[in-house]
Amino acid sequence: MTTMTASPLGRLGRLMVDNPLVPLILLLGALIGILALLNPAILSMFWAGNTIKIAIPLAMLAACQTLTMLTGGIDLSVGTVATIAAFVTATLAPLTGVPAAVALALGCAVIVGLANGFGIAICRVHPLIMTLGTALIATGCLLVYQRHVIATGVLIPDVLIWLGTGRSYGLPNSLALFLPFAILIIWAQRRSGFGRLLYAIGANEAAARMSGVRVWQVQFTLYSLSSIIAGVTGLLYLGQIKTASLSLALPLDLPSVAAAVVGGTSIFGGRGGFGGTIVGALILTVMTTMLTLLQMPEGGRRILFGLIILAVTALLVRLTDRS
Amino acid sequence: MRRLIETNGWTIGLGLLLALLLLATRLIQPDFGTSGLDSLARAALPFALATVGMAVVVIAGGIDLSVAAMMAVASVTGAVLMDGASDGQAVLAVIAVLALGLAMGALNGALIVLTRVTDIVVTLAMLFVWQGVALLVLNAPGGGAAPWLRALVAGGITLPGVPAGLTGWLPRGVVFLTAVTALIWLPVARSKLGLMIYAIGSDASAAFRSGVPVGRTRIAAYAIGGLFAALGGLSVTMGTGIGEPIPGPYLLASVAAVVLGGVVLGGGRGGLLGPILAVFVLRTVRMDLTLLSVDPNVAAIVEGTIMVAVVMFGAVLATRGRGA
Amino acid sequence: MPDAAPPTAILDAKGVAKRFGAVQALRDASLKVDRGQVVALMGANGAGKSTFVKILTGVLRPDSGHVRIRGRDSSVASPAGARRSGLVPVYQEPSLIPDLSVADNLRLGDTPADPFRHWAGELGLPDLRPDAMIRSLSLASLRIVDLARALAIEPDVLLLDELTAALPTDLVDRVLRVVRAQADAGRAVIYISHRFTEIAAICDRATVLRDGLTVGDLAIEAGIEERIVELMLGGTVAAATTGTRGARSRATDVPRLRVRGLATGTRLSDVSFDLGKGEVLGVVALEGQGQDELFDVLAGNRRANAGTVEVDGRPAVFTDPADAIAAGLTLVPGDRAQALLMSRPVRENIALPLLARPRRWGAIRMRDEAARVTRAIERLQIDTRAQGEVRRLSGGNQQKVTIARWIARGVQTLLLFDPTRGIDIRTKNQIYALVRDLADQGAAVLFYTSELAEVRLACDRAVVIFNGRAVDVIDAKDADEPTLMRAAYGLSEATGVST
Repeated sequence: MTTMTASPLGRLGRLMVDNPLVPLILLLGALIGILALLNPAILSMFWAGNTIKIAIPLAMLAACQTLTMLTGGIDLSVGTVATIAAFVTATLAPLTGVPAAVALALGCAVIVGLANGFGIAICRVHPLIMTLGTALIATGCLLVYQRHVIATGVLIPDVLIWLGTGRSYGLPNSLALFLPFAILIIWAQRRSGFGRLLYAIGANEAAARMSGVRVWQVQFTLYSLSSIIAGVTGLLYLGQIKTASLSLALPLDLPSVAAAVVGGTSIFGGRGGFGGTIVGALILTVMTTMLTLLQMPEGGRRILFGLIILAVTALLVRLTDRS
Repeated sequence: MRRLIETNGWTIGLGLLLALLLLATRLIQPDFGTSGLDSLARAALPFALATVGMAVVVIAGGIDLSVAAMMAVASVTGAVLMDGASDGQAVLAVIAVLALGLAMGALNGALIVLTRVTDIVVTLAMLFVWQGVALLVLNAPGGGAAPWLRALVAGGITLPGVPAGLTGWLPRGVVFLTAVTALIWLPVARSKLGLMIYAIGSDASAAFRSGVPVGRTRIAAYAIGGLFAALGGLSVTMGTGIGEPIPGPYLLASVAAVVLGGVVLGGGRGGLLGPILAVFVLRTVRMDLTLLSVDPNVAAIVEGTIMVAVVMFGAVLATRGRGA
Repeated sequence: MPDAAPPTAILDAKGVAKRFGAVQALRDASLKVDRGQVVALMGANGAGKSTFVKILTGVLRPDSGHVRIRGRDSSVASPAGARRSGLVPVYQEPSLIPDLSVADNLRLGDTPADPFRHWAGELGLPDLRPDAMIRSLSLASLRIVDLARALAIEPDVLLLDELTAALPTDLVDRVLRVVRAQADAGRAVIYISHRFTEIAAICDRATVLRDGLTVGDLAIEAGIEERIVELMLGGTVAAATTGTRGARSRATDVPRLRVRGLATGTRLSDVSFDLGKGEVLGVVALEGQGQDELFDVLAGNRRANAGTVEVDGRPAVFTDPADAIAAGLTLVPGDRAQALLMSRPVRENIALPLLARPRRWGAIRMRDEAARVTRAIERLQIDTRAQGEVRRLSGGNQQKVTIARWIARGVQTLLLFDPTRGIDIRTKNQIYALVRDLADQGAAVLFYTSELAEVRLACDRAVVIFNGRAVDVIDAKDADEPTLMRAAYGLSEATGVST
């Protein structure tokens, strides 16, 4: 275009688009501030550690959403995959020992991922439908499996309990898993060929194809990777919750999408990143604490939850449109 | 023109598939008859109405993830209003619920238009909101339903002066479904609004440049979707006699049926008959599995696999079609 | 309507300004169109022309200034409002609904059917079926349908945006005649085009935009092109780069690309040619003669039904664009929106092909990438002041990015499909020079162009395709427009130039 005369608002908008972390962290700060006003006693190192501990599984599942959403996809099977991995580990551990149980559990996760990859990459089914479908089938399989193993008893590996609930120096041990994970993802999304291709496919799949990218290879790998991440999250979550239930991680399914969306990743692909998602997961976790504190009934809590997601995204869209 | 035949071919194929499945049902269970059809129709009704609502929105180029949650709101609102009410009051309650459905759908649409946030995100957020509303209205299954309303979808059709044997096999649920769908959709489809709904789904920017009020049309499509969701919610209450605050499995089922019914995700193409037939195909499969005394969990796996396989097959066909 | 049309302007836009965030797209644009006149609206890319058009047609609202139609202030806020006040646009992108039939599209815009049929016939589509799906029509037919629909409303002002850009030459003549006749019948036409021949043929005046300002309003007369170019470029008149290319010395032994009897689909039936290293081979064809399919096959987008392609003497079959790229055949498609990642930075766009293969999925060598990208940007003189997303670049710079991508990877065989369509003259000249430069360094270039004059400017030879067959090969020195035109219509006999 002709001239670039930046208005202050326009400049602010562009800053926020290029760096959505700033407004997100401000929002997180504001939420913590409100929480402090509501109950000054709650803020402590223990509380902070606890919040991080709760946010980590959510952030890891939201990593699946972030990566798939960068390509314009979504993975709604992550809650189910995490649940299956957790349940299989807990029920097989007494029979086969922990390493074999974990391996089998992750194997189950990979199978779901391969099924997703096949449907999405080869048959070109919309990811939303494909992953909902595999989640439905996988849940059915889990129910059938559960009838056959119910007698064997449940064992939750100590390693997972240490990782899920333990603390070192006041910080949750799960950070030992999460920090390397987060660094790897954030590095990979910009500085690895695979990460760049995720953005490219999301921004313009035809262009990626014409540049020599075999899109199916990327998608197949992506959805398998997503399921593996979900499976690992399931193991971590098992250690955190310490019960093997058939709906263990299912309540995290939609919040994981919400965390990625609130974190500034565009659901249409090509924009966003895991950095924002981590903050998004923290925001959602703090919000949940706040609502519990306010003793809001379950219904009201969900309404507020929905409205906040809507408001945050609307704000970000307003800002990106200003460019 | 060829596409028209192709689209109709798909619908006809679904009809044939349904006939085959019903025939198979008869083979599995030789005494399958009027009562079997009736229970099939009643089980399929909420699914069918959810699917119709979803189909209208998808044709307009959108998607409404909150359809099951809106059904829950309608179901509990209807059940609470009708609990202990007279027949006359129940009529008012039904009207109120339908108006509520229109309003919920219109609100979804308006939020999409006004906030310029994508439909998936808005309706995902509204999914939480409507779930919450349903729980606030009624936090456990309860309420009631007017007997005449329940009778509307139970049993076969009886016409005065016509022997029951002639019409008795036709489930009221099917007639109810056909009637409300035709009553709402046909006037819309015949009007310019119908054209505009297809137009914005097919190419929103071309529609805008042709002078179509894209925003208002989108809101109208979501409102119609909401109306059908309200009818679906009412049909849940009609079937069980109580209100259900927890959304049923209607979201995935309606999306699958819409796709199976030949409506292209992304909009602009397809009709309502295909998706309705698709719902009955999927429900019949489920019923057949039950009749074969398959473990319900295994039946769920089989049903899910069929849905996914059909969707995959459809996607492969669509890709081939684009490539040729 | 009064018998004697009043002399006042039927459309009068004054002092129109518009800002998008940081970008002042229009400062002071004006346009006056009288009854009975065809006025050309001209401007290089980035001059603000498309913004001005959007304001005139009610898609955007101006920040200041006014648009008057028939003397009435038209504060049109929507395309529907602009229509009501008598201005009907025909855009570069046809505004037809793909999934509706022709008849339904007419109904959607309240277009009377009978006049539409008349105009469709007049414009060369007499047997258009009203129940034909828009999706099934060719781009050229869509343009005609769109124009016929506009004419059927009998608008006071007709705005035609790059109407002939995708039309075959025979249709262009018809369209131009009809447009001129509209003006002669007392209507007004705003005509937007990059083609001077068309402007000379039908326009009365030309209004020139530069940097969001109206910088000139000229009567069309002989030799006005120079003056218009001067105004568009802002004083720095580009020396006419009409140096004709002699036939190059061709590689004697194995050509880079040897195509024999290639056929696919219904349009491409028998095309053969050789493309040597260091050669720029033009492809000349009217719309829809099979050139799209030819490029698609060569780029791996679709399979050939018959015929062979050899690259450096080895037979090649491509099932995916990745195969073609591996063989060194790289495509710059006609539609740059198809090739670009609009929401990503220039760097990621240019580096994309470097990362495509799975063994490059790991860590990116950032320094190597930066060096390659910078070299490509400098070589193409891409203006990257608008940092960030590619969508913020001007059209000409976007087009350069689509080419830079392959420069960064290393060019062996470049397939250019109408790379200069709809971009400004300065960028066009840069592209010609670049193509020549690449060829001099040993690359082979296949260059389809819809502007016949470009053959002399950029190519060594040109293969002419008519009705799916290669009918002629013409040396650049003989490739004047009449010769090419005759060949493209399948009129000339083979001139005997050896391949």
